Amino acid sequence: MTAHSLTLGRMLRFGLLSLGALLFLAPYIFMISTAGKAQSEIFSSSLSLIPEQWSFAENFTKALSRVSMPTLLMNGVIVCALIFLVQVVVAIPCAYAMAKLKFRAARIMMVLVMLGLLVPIHATALPLYVAFDRLSVLNSYTALVAPFSISVFAIFLFLQFFRAIPDDLIHAARLDGMSEAGIVARVIVPNAWPAITAFAIFSVVAHWNDLFWPLVVVSNQDFATPPLGLLYFRAAEAGDDYGALMAATLIITLPLVAAFLVAQKRFVEGITMTGLKG
Amino acid sequence: MASIAADMPIAPADRREARIAWILAAPAITLLFLFILLPTLAVIILGFTDFELGYGGFRFVGFENYAELIGDRTFRRSLWNTAIYTAIVTPVSIVLALAIALLIEAETRARAFFRTVYFLPVASLLVAMATVWQFLFHPTIGPINTFLGYLGISGPNWLGASGTVLYGLSIIGIWQSVGFNMVLFLAGLTAIPRELYAAAEVDGARSWFDRFRLVTWPMLGPTTLFVTTISIINSVKVFETVKTLTEGGPNKASEVLLFTIYQEGFVYLRVGYASAMTVVFLAILVVLMFLQYRVLDRKVHYA
Repeated sequence: MTAHSLTLGRMLRFGLLSLGALLFLAPYIFMISTAGKAQSEIFSSSLSLIPEQWSFAENFTKALSRVSMPTLLMNGVIVCALIFLVQVVVAIPCAYAMAKLKFRAARIMMVLVMLGLLVPIHATALPLYVAFDRLSVLNSYTALVAPFSISVFAIFLFLQFFRAIPDDLIHAARLDGMSEAGIVARVIVPNAWPAITAFAIFSVVAHWNDLFWPLVVVSNQDFATPPLGLLYFRAAEAGDDYGALMAATLIITLPLVAAFLVAQKRFVEGITMTGLKG
Repeated sequence: MASIAADMPIAPADRREARIAWILAAPAITLLFLFILLPTLAVIILGFTDFELGYGGFRFVGFENYAELIGDRTFRRSLWNTAIYTAIVTPVSIVLALAIALLIEAETRARAFFRTVYFLPVASLLVAMATVWQFLFHPTIGPINTFLGYLGISGPNWLGASGTVLYGLSIIGIWQSVGFNMVLFLAGLTAIPRELYAAAEVDGARSWFDRFRLVTWPMLGPTTLFVTTISIINSVKVFETVKTLTEGGPNKASEVLLFTIYQEGFVYLRVGYASAMTVVFLAILVVLMFLQYRVLDRKVHYA
């Protein structure tokens, strides 16, 4: 290989990557640019990215007035936090019992967990909807959170991780007189942070983005999560007011993207570790 | 001796440990039954009934729902569209992801930057970004057609014409999933031992392509299988973009499986019929997983 072909190859590689990056960023670029344009300028369909006359304030005011953005974002945070907390509190003791205790049912539990991994919310949605309707708990945080209180994926992930924790650590804690619950809280959890953060990222990304289940159980704005709220906003925004629409999408996309940019190393690790389930 | 020891003092301690294990696992077992196993069983049973929400009773109708499904043009269209969408999105997003991962792995400059950019769509709210794509695809004021116009091509009405709507949705699907696959490929690439490349070079693998063919591709086997399965399953589950942008239209050209189930079950409230559709959907997922296990069993990783 000559030095010449090396540099040519490298330039080509860098060029390709840059071109691809530009294409992947294009939607974000146009989102920001269009959020700052006046209606008339958008309809002139020019490719210029910088607004002739800055209308950010106008578009953002419109976006904030149609649908209560703070409520949407708040609902998103509450629902994601509740789901994650319950999932972890339920899954960790169970995974510990399966990994480290003499538990006869561990095998059949493993089968149930593998079966559970196959069943997405879309498959259980109909009976759950009928049941929630009978119990009149539709349009509530309970309805949004309850079906996700059990994450077989969390059990599966923690189980793999707990098996690697040395038994000696647990025996030592037992000799110190710690109860099994104490061992879970003070020995297992502190040792399992990498798995817990990875699962947190997986869980929050999945439920922050989920449209299907909120769409099924929520029919008023008070309990709408960000994706559902944006759907309402689109419905209220009849016609093509793309300036306001882009401002709204910008507000709603920003929190998770910001979180990602701040903690991207953890994000990528988390997704790699939990890649199993999309 | 061993049997005596096992019978004597250890047994109560074992029993105690088993009891604690049951207590620790009880909440998970209860919720697993309540929210996964029972509803799955219920959906299979409901598939054999004519249950409709809002009407009191229901009766068992045997395989009537399934018979209706076979003749249901919307459902057949929906299966076909889902298959086409999957057949486009899965291979393209895998090949693109692998190519990008290989380029990033070989690149020394701005690696973290490129990784972030390609991964960004995964961390973005899909419903929101779908709205942005709707603007990009707009037939008259959208940047894509404006750009095509400069080149002298009159662009199609991407999401508004039955001939192109699935391609439009596929482009969004690819854009959204490449980063996810790329990250998995990058993890797979880092796990390949460097010595293998050196050994291949000694054995005469001179060109970049030889090294890829002899080392990278076989070593990535498990990752590729894994990425393929996830990509197919995620494509079969396409819903957000369809619900947000096209509502299955125009003229059912973007009707996909989950959207059809959603319409039948939660809009027309024909729960029994929609349950039968759900069973078909579940069966597809089970077959896909089964195929993955079979391939995993047969193909030894470094074949």
